[in-house]
Formats: sequence, structure tokens, C-alpha cells
Amino acid sequence: PSQCGLFCCQNYPLYIRSVPTENELKFHYTVHTSLDVVDEKISAMGKALVDQRELYLGLLYPTEDYKVYGYVTNSKVKFVMVVDSSNTALRDNEIRSMFRKLHNSYTDIMCNPFYNPGDRIHSRAFDTMVNSMMMQVC
Amino acid sequence: MEQGPAGGSGPAAAGTGGLLLSLSETEQQRYSELFSRCCPPPEAAAGGSSVGELFRASQLPPDTLHQITEVCGAKRVGYFGPAQFYIALKLIAAAQSGFPVRIESIKNELPLPRFMALKNDSEVRYGTPAEFHGVKFQVPHATLEKNSYKRTDEGDKQEPKSPPMSPICSPPASPSTYQRIPLSYGYGKARSGLEQQHGAPYEVRHSTHQQDGPSSGNYGAKSALSSSTPNRSLSVEREQQDSSSQYSDDPWRITEEQRDYYINQFRSLQPDLNAFISGSVAKNFFTKSKLPIPELSHIWELSDVDCDGALTLPEFCAAFHLVVARKNGYQLPETLPETLLPEFLQAACLKPVRDCALFDSHAEPLPGSQQPRDFGRTEKSSAEEVPDNSALLQDGKKDDKQAPKVSTTLKTIPKEFQHLTVKAAAQEPSALRARPRSRSYSSTSIEDAMKKGEEPPTPPPRPQKSHSRASSLDLNKIFQQNTQAARSGWLPPPPPALPPRPSASQTEQPSEVELQPQMNRTPSQAEENSSAKKEVVLAQPPSKPARRKLRTEAQGLETPELSPSINVTSSLPAVKPHLPVQKQSSKQKRAIQTAIRKNKEANAVLARLNSELQQQLKEVHKERIALETQLEQLRPVTVL
Repeated sequence: PSQCGLFCCQNYPLYIRSVPTENELKFHYTVHTSLDVVDEKISAMGKALVDQRELYLGLLYPTEDYKVYGYVTNSKVKFVMVVDSSNTALRDNEIRSMFRKLHNSYTDIMCNPFYNPGDRIHSRAFDTMVNSMMMQVC
Repeated sequence: MEQGPAGGSGPAAAGTGGLLLSLSETEQQRYSELFSRCCPPPEAAAGGSSVGELFRASQLPPDTLHQITEVCGAKRVGYFGPAQFYIALKLIAAAQSGFPVRIESIKNELPLPRFMALKNDSEVRYGTPAEFHGVKFQVPHATLEKNSYKRTDEGDKQEPKSPPMSPICSPPASPSTYQRIPLSYGYGKARSGLEQQHGAPYEVRHSTHQQDGPSSGNYGAKSALSSSTPNRSLSVEREQQDSSSQYSDDPWRITEEQRDYYINQFRSLQPDLNAFISGSVAKNFFTKSKLPIPELSHIWELSDVDCDGALTLPEFCAAFHLVVARKNGYQLPETLPETLLPEFLQAACLKPVRDCALFDSHAEPLPGSQQPRDFGRTEKSSAEEVPDNSALLQDGKKDDKQAPKVSTTLKTIPKEFQHLTVKAAAQEPSALRARPRSRSYSSTSIEDAMKKGEEPPTPPPRPQKSHSRASSLDLNKIFQQNTQAARSGWLPPPPPALPPRPSASQTEQPSEVELQPQMNRTPSQAEENSSAKKEVVLAQPPSKPARRKLRTEAQGLETPELSPSINVTSSLPAVKPHLPVQKQSSKQKRAIQTAIRKNKEANAVLARLNSELQQQLKEVHKERIALETQLEQLRPVTVL
């Protein structure tokens, strides 16, 4: 089971998807709480180096059940990914590449002139991409 | 709702051997209309063909229909009497509601049977009162016979019906329909239908059937004909496409007329057919189609294949086609159909484009050689042909310069360049834009656009420090600097645009003009520049040296801005000294003025080209010097 969430800079959700869909509420909660951790990280980093800010935030918050990874774009759009802890085979690089894919898809969405930044994301292409990605993880 | 048996149920009872079939009032009315439709009185039995048609229109599978025919007794008695007909209708309703085709099932209360594919289906579906139906049935049915037969001949293709959408109903009022295409279109066919429909209160709610689409589309076309807003389109092509094109089954193929229409629309938004339509412009345009935003968003996603926020001509055609299809009631596909892919469309689209491109720009850019090097995309191969046919590659120098373009954001450039009146420049970057996944990070400001536009021309992809370009340059500044260079020895700032290749026809005059800035600089510049310039100069057609003398005379006298024009004028009289003065008629003046203008443009372009080349030359020289010093340093080491 895993979940993926995208939040805009004001921390309201642009996109949340869970696979599989049971226990979704718990995942929603986890993802929202991890936003705090993300904020903490970016505020800490921001002072140090503004240019070379690492987009990938790494493991935010491990619990016994699952791990939470974070990623933030230059426009303060936050991506959060929750994966099951039992997935020990999942390496950091893979998570990074997943975030990169998310980021690329997100930029594609932004290119669509009919998309207003801050809207919820309804793009089918994006959905397909996220689904396929999360299927791999589960 | 069940009422006592009325006229309908009597025969029903008789026909089925004692089965008491009670029909509700609405059902009765409905069935009697349908019956009278299929069976014009005073005959007692409904005609087999019209009944068959009606049954097929119910969208039930043929086996079910056979079953129904059997059960209702028509097979037995050999004809569709009123009893059989009513029972059959009831059975159809049952089948549509999911009940098995049995006599028992019709004892239940059932909704009215639905007949999908009939012309006047929209009313049928909604089960409104009889008279209303009756009127509608008769009038439109008769008029649309012609069209409908074509439909049914196609084998009752039942296209997926989307939920009722308003688009089609607004057409007569809404902006447009195709103006140009339109009427050649199915007009002859639909016109008769139209005339009559005109009178009928035919509210096309939603095109449950393509017939409605095209018909109302044509109707709209007629009424909108006088209007001059060719914006949102309607169905028209659908029908025509099916009949005229050989790909009649494929709704996703674009016919010639459609393509022409799309190209014209593209032109209205963006005169240069090889450039892009930006996202915002396209958004405004497609929003006029009154499709909901999520759908438009999806259409954009499908058609903007390279995800760069702008539409090229094939992408635009695909998007437009999807909009048209959607308005006709087609569901949008999940992925872009093959026939709408840009590569597929590019070949076809470019044929008409090529002709236009030839006329459009007076200076075609682009060597064909660059493109395979940079971009593996097949679509570009056809794009290459366009410049190749008309482009004039002048120097190998220019080739090298522009060859390895690493540009990422040339897309935004053409837009900016339009007002620079150098269309060739616009075409050049636009044709180069194909790249698998380059993000366009540039803002829409001219500065950024120009900045990026300048990166490409460097053969070795080194950071162009001295090339820092950008700020939008005043052409006057360039010329002034040319003369001031004599005093300050300062090179003119790098050109803001990609210099296109001047066309052959222009070589004479541009080359003349080009000499002029060069002449300004030669006296003042450093040796390396002068040598570079001389190279450039030598590369020009040999007629230059002859004109040089004229130039130098003219130059010392005039200000830079005037010099191009004056050069021309001075050269003209010089060349034809025997021109009597009185021949300076207005006609000649006009000709001269246009020549002046052309020369100015070409001049600007060439000036930029020149300065850029010189920048590069400077750099190359620096590098060479650096390498030589390195070599010197290394040499003693190796000796030892």
C-alpha cells in the first residue's frame, strides 16, 4: 500500500491518491501531518543555501508501518509519498526517480493553459502515470 | 398507470390469444404514433422495413429483436398488426430495461421503449407528449430521409452517446461555423433538409446522432454565414468526411476540407504557419467553443504532444479536430488516435504550408543539415523540406554557426519576433523546437526570449560570456554604434535575434547594405576584426567591391539611419546616371521606398548577423591565442 500526495505552497492538496484505497483516511492523515515535517525542512535549508537547494528531502518520518518521503519544487509545491515499511527493497534512488517522474508530470500539467495553478489536478495522463508508478511500489 | 383496456389493448388481447395487455395512456399514445409511422393508414399492418428500422433503432442486439418478433406473434401471423406491434414495442421496452423477452415481462409496468438512432430521437427518448412527438416525427423524418438513409446504410453505426451537451443547440446563436469550408460541405445534401427544418421547432438538444449535428451545423452555418466570426466550429465535416473521404469509418481522421479549415484558423491566430500558437492564445480560442474547461484541458493534454505549452500546426489541427468531434458527441479518447499524431499530420499539413511559407517570408532560414543532427523526430524531416526548397544557404559559415543548436526554448521566440518583421528568424527557431523533453523555462519577456535565441548559433557549446545578450536592441543603436565605433572602438552588442539567411533575391541589396556597417568599422576596429570582416566581405559576391567605393563616399556624409536608404538612392543614380531627373515620378519613389524598407530590414538582419559573427570570431581568436600560449608552455617540457 502506498500513497502519493501533492500539495501547493499554501499546503492545501492538489492531488492525493492511495493504492489500494482502503484505509485511505489514515493515509490522508499521515500525509497531512508530514507536511509539517516538510515545512520544517525547507525552512531550515532555505537559510543556508538558496541556490543549491536539494529538491529531494528524503525520508521524513519513519514509523513502524510505513515511511514517508518528501520532495519540494522550486515553487514550493510539495510532493509527499508514503510507502509501506515492508517494502525494504525500495531504495532511495528509486524514490528519487519516482519523485522526478512526478515532477515532470506536474510540469506537463502546468504547461496546459487550461490548468490554473492551485486547482485540483484532474488530468487523466497524470492519473495514469501515478497509478502505474504506485502499482510498481505496492 | 394501468388503465382499463382501450382500443390498443383489445387487438392486443386478440392477437396474443387471450393475453390481456394493458397499456398506460402514454404508452398507448406512443405506440399508436409509432405504429402510424411505420404503417401509414389505412393499411392494417405496418410495413416490414420501417418496423425493422424502428427495431434496429432500439439498439437491441439482433437476436433479441428476432426473439421479440417471434414472441409478439408477428412471425406467426406474418405481419405486424397493431397487436403485434404493440406487444413488440412493449417487449422492446422490457428488453431495454433488462427483462427477458417473454410475454410475462410485459405485464409489468415498463418505461417507454427507447429508439436511439432515429433522426428525431432526442424527442423519442424523453418521452414527451404525443402531439409534440407526432409533429416532430413527421416533419423532420420526411426531410431527413435522405440523410438518414445514408446513416442506416452505414450499418447503424452506433456511436457512443455522450451525456447531453449544450454545444450544438447554441449554434445558430453562437459564433460561427465554418465559413469557408462549410458550405461546400454537405450543403447540397443538407440544404433541402435545412429548408424544411427551418420551419420545424427542431430543438437539437444534443446530438445523440450525428445527423443532428451536421444538420444543425449547417443550419448554423447558414445563419452565421453573414457573421464574420469564424470561430467555433460545428459538426459539418463529420458527415462530409464519412461520405467523401475514403476513411469513412474513422472519426479521427482529418479530411482535406477540415485540414484547410484548421489551417486557415491557425493562420488567423498566427500568420506564420511554421510557428506556434501560445497557450494563452489557444486557450482563448478554444474556450469559445463552449466546451467545459476540464474537457478542453483534456483535449489539450492529448494534442500537445511535446508538452511545451504551445501548439504547432499539426497539434492545433489535432486539437481542433478533437473539439469538433466532442461537439458532435464523440467521447474523447484516452490517448491521441494515431491519425491525429503530429507526425502523421505534419506531412499532410506541410504541403499547403510549404506554399504559404514560400510566399510568407522573404528570407528563409535553416540549412537542412542541422536538423537531423539535432532532432531525431521524423516530423522535422518534412519541416526541413520547407526551408530547403526556399532557403538560400549562403555561406558555410552561417551553416556552422547555426548548426548545433542547443536551444531549448526557441518556441517562445517566434512570437516575439513577429514584430521584429523578420519572419525568417521566426521560422528558423520554430522549426528547431523539436526536442524530446525540454522544459521551457523562459518567461515571455523579450529579453529572455532573445537570450535563448542567441545561444544556438555557437558551434562549440561554450558559455557565451561575451555574448550575453539580451536586452532588446534598438536597431538605431546598432547603426549608431557602427559609426561611433570609429571613436570608441567598442563592438556593437550582440544581436538580439537569430539572423536568418537572406534570400537570393535580396543578396544584392543586403550585401550592399552589409558593407556599410563593415565599412564603418574597418577604419576603427582592431586588426582581428578587420581581418574577420575582410573575410566576410570577400565571401560576398564580387560585385561588392565595385559598390564599396560608392559606399565610402556616401558614408562619410550621412547618419547611420539614413545611410542605408541613401546608399540605395545614391547607388541607384550612380548606377544609372543617365536617369533624367524628371523620371522621379511618384511611382519610382514608391518603388524606391519599398526598396528602402526592404533594405532596411535586410540591413538590420545582416547587421545583427555580422555583429554576432564577429563576436564569435573574437572568441575563437581568444581561444586560439590561449591554445597557442599553452602550446608554447608545453613545448619546452616535451623537448626536455
